[in-house]
Amino acid sequence: MTATLDVPAPVRAPVSVTRRYLAAGTFILLGLIDIFVFGLFAHRGDAVFALSLPGATPKLPGIHVPGALTAYLLGAISIGLGILRALVDLPRWGKRLTIAIALLCFLLALLAWADAGSSVGPLQVIDLLQGTLTASIPLVLGALAGLMCERSGVINIAIEGQLLTGAFTAAAVASATGGVWLGLIGGSLTGGLVGLILAIFAITFLVDQIIVGVVLDVIALGLTNYLYDRVMVPYANTFNTGNTFGTLKIPVLGNIPIIGPVFFDANVFLYITYALILIIQIALFRTRWGLRVRAVGEHPVAADTVGIRVLWTRYRNVILGGLIAGIGGAYLTVGSVGFFTSNISSGFGYIALAAMIFGRWTPLGSVAAALLFGFSYQLQTELSVLRVPVSSFILLMAPYVATIIAVAGLVGRVRPPAADGKPYVKA
Amino acid sequence: MSDQDEAEPSAAPYVPTATTTAQDTGAPGPDQPGGRQPLTGNAIIKAVTEGHSVVITILAGFVALLVGAVLIVASDPVVLRAWNSFGYAPGTAFSATWSSVAAAYSALFEGAIFSPGTISAAFHGGSIAAIFYPLSLTAFEATPLILTGLSVAVCFRAGMFNIGAAGQWIGGALVATWLGYAVNLPIVLHAVVCVIGAFAGGAVIGWIVGEIKARTGAHEVILTIMLNYVMYNFLAFALSSQSLMQAPGQTNAVAPSIDGNATLPHVGGPPPQVGVGFLIALAAAAGTAWLLSRSTLGFEFRAVGASPSAARSAGIRVERVWVLAFLIAGGLAGLSASTIVQGQTAPLTTTSYGTYGFDGITVALLGRARPLGVVLAGLLFGALNAGGTVMEAATGVPSDVTNVIEALIVLFVAAPPLIRLLFRLRSTSGAGPQAVTSKGWSG
Repeated sequence: MTATLDVPAPVRAPVSVTRRYLAAGTFILLGLIDIFVFGLFAHRGDAVFALSLPGATPKLPGIHVPGALTAYLLGAISIGLGILRALVDLPRWGKRLTIAIALLCFLLALLAWADAGSSVGPLQVIDLLQGTLTASIPLVLGALAGLMCERSGVINIAIEGQLLTGAFTAAAVASATGGVWLGLIGGSLTGGLVGLILAIFAITFLVDQIIVGVVLDVIALGLTNYLYDRVMVPYANTFNTGNTFGTLKIPVLGNIPIIGPVFFDANVFLYITYALILIIQIALFRTRWGLRVRAVGEHPVAADTVGIRVLWTRYRNVILGGLIAGIGGAYLTVGSVGFFTSNISSGFGYIALAAMIFGRWTPLGSVAAALLFGFSYQLQTELSVLRVPVSSFILLMAPYVATIIAVAGLVGRVRPPAADGKPYVKA
Repeated sequence: MSDQDEAEPSAAPYVPTATTTAQDTGAPGPDQPGGRQPLTGNAIIKAVTEGHSVVITILAGFVALLVGAVLIVASDPVVLRAWNSFGYAPGTAFSATWSSVAAAYSALFEGAIFSPGTISAAFHGGSIAAIFYPLSLTAFEATPLILTGLSVAVCFRAGMFNIGAAGQWIGGALVATWLGYAVNLPIVLHAVVCVIGAFAGGAVIGWIVGEIKARTGAHEVILTIMLNYVMYNFLAFALSSQSLMQAPGQTNAVAPSIDGNATLPHVGGPPPQVGVGFLIALAAAAGTAWLLSRSTLGFEFRAVGASPSAARSAGIRVERVWVLAFLIAGGLAGLSASTIVQGQTAPLTTTSYGTYGFDGITVALLGRARPLGVVLAGLLFGALNAGGTVMEAATGVPSDVTNVIEALIVLFVAAPPLIRLLFRLRSTSGAGPQAVTSKGWSG
């Protein structure tokens, strides 16, 4: 948490004690909800979790658990963890483990409650996990794009614009040429172009980076809406035919029960996402390249002194980030629904930004945060299939409330790269 | 502009004079071809050749309109066909291009400022008020933007980024609407109660952000983005359940219409639609200006905005400033909702919040987070929005093009070195970084 470099110490609110009790309180609250909401109001009967998709060849038996009893048990675990958290000052990994367990307990209790006695059938666990991954793709790619920029010291609020223009170009190119791969490449390049514009204004013309980002988002929305109205709608047969990638099952891995259908039976975007997560995580923290990028983002003067080209590094990273976000945008059209519609990214870029901050500017942290959002989108879909008597708007609200609680109670102050958002002018 | 920004101090009791940046842009037009013309008066020549902030703003508007013209032309099938036959009829290509752009921009102007037809009509027994109709539409469109712009600006001045004006807007809208239909009060008093309620509703949503930030150190950008989505969904939830705010007997997600007593009246008859809402916006701008530049609290805001650690050393309670800045910002966004909810006949729906929250960011940026600048920027955007609607109706050019133009103006105004480069203006003070608003995430 503390800045090791010679930077002005960030202003700090007195957080440590407050946060310890906030976290403990949150766990206990979750436990009480498990018991008194999901336990007491559970319908009679077992909750069934189906572990293979309907009609899949290696048919696995579903897991049957009694609804109410499961919720009581999980609630007790959660409360126990809360008391433990309040009394004992746990090490860092211990804190993380308790968070994970408490959240898992809450989710399982929720699912058991939702499915117990349901007339619709078992909860499709595979569907839920598959949907989580695919819903997370644009968020993960957007967060990685933001990370690439911000680790080198350029704030990227234009992720939303990169996703949107990427989606537009991907749909237009894939429709006009008939080639989905061309669409993907076109989308990626458009995202890179937005990145280039961001870089020119932020790095060369020294414009406030938040201004450029916001402005690029507005331009992207206006421009895609405009072109959609004027070109895509009148010539839909040429420019918006809805080409999509097919699914690609990985030969051996795809046949493993549970893991196969979830992780290795999707279209190429999921595999690109795996690769990018891995590459960026390793490149950023295990290579000379990554060390230089981080040096530029933390202390550009020092980096310049030892001969790292600061402005070039920033240009390269911002454009690379744009290319990645462009792929995420392409996923929104050629990777899923095919057709472009007005404002198709609908705020994913901002969620990705939040995921990046939530994940403390690390690839794996951002992925975890993005998965949380993806999971709750998909959970909402699954729960409305089970006809849970809760308004879908409340369910849609849940991940955002959860993020606020998490950011306030569990994560607290995060430390961005020290030179993030500060233009570098060579003295 | 850069001289002005360099004058912005580090936690010093400098009271910035109201900005001169956004002046004269109410009528953006290609009237400043460059900086080479000999004009009367040394000061003017100097201002033009050295790129004074007013000149930069006008040139930025000009470049933005030029880009907009390219957009209009490039997607006009008539023009494209004319250019395809450029070989045989080059004249047609140019005239088609010109007429396409001229038609769109003159409709934009007539919709936003005034339409020459109304003057001749007034001479022939038409209504004189009709002359001011476009201007009144501009004021009407500008009203909510000025208020959300002020909301974002207050946070900028305190060193924070408020992306949450949309959520705060909804908070205000819900309270104003509820007070508007569920309570029975005499005329005037009812409207006042609703306006105050809207301020309070927005302030509560803003306060949540400030309080969480102050208590736990959570980042306001995440908090405001998340609260926006919470509020979007809460609005949809409230408007689609009969037990909460859905209009009785409705299947659509819509609130009941507010009571006639609670509406904000128009000033001076129907055709110029300048309502009390516009006056509220101006009053709020004056109040914000007073707060920021004349009050102790405003001084604390600016001190924290310039340097939180210095402010803390000087004995200012930084956390309190965060809470209060967000509370006031939320209230201003709530007022923006009040001018829409109480100023229109249409009841609150799940899309009423429009893009006011996000437009507030661009308005605040263009207005340099100064209240007068925000008012002028809001009027400019209001003019473009009002004109854009007329342009779309008259020529079929989607009004989205005005959003692009607005964003480009903000971008170019924020990049004086680029404008200097484009128009080959001399640079006087070098291209120093301009720290108008934000200083990265750690504020």
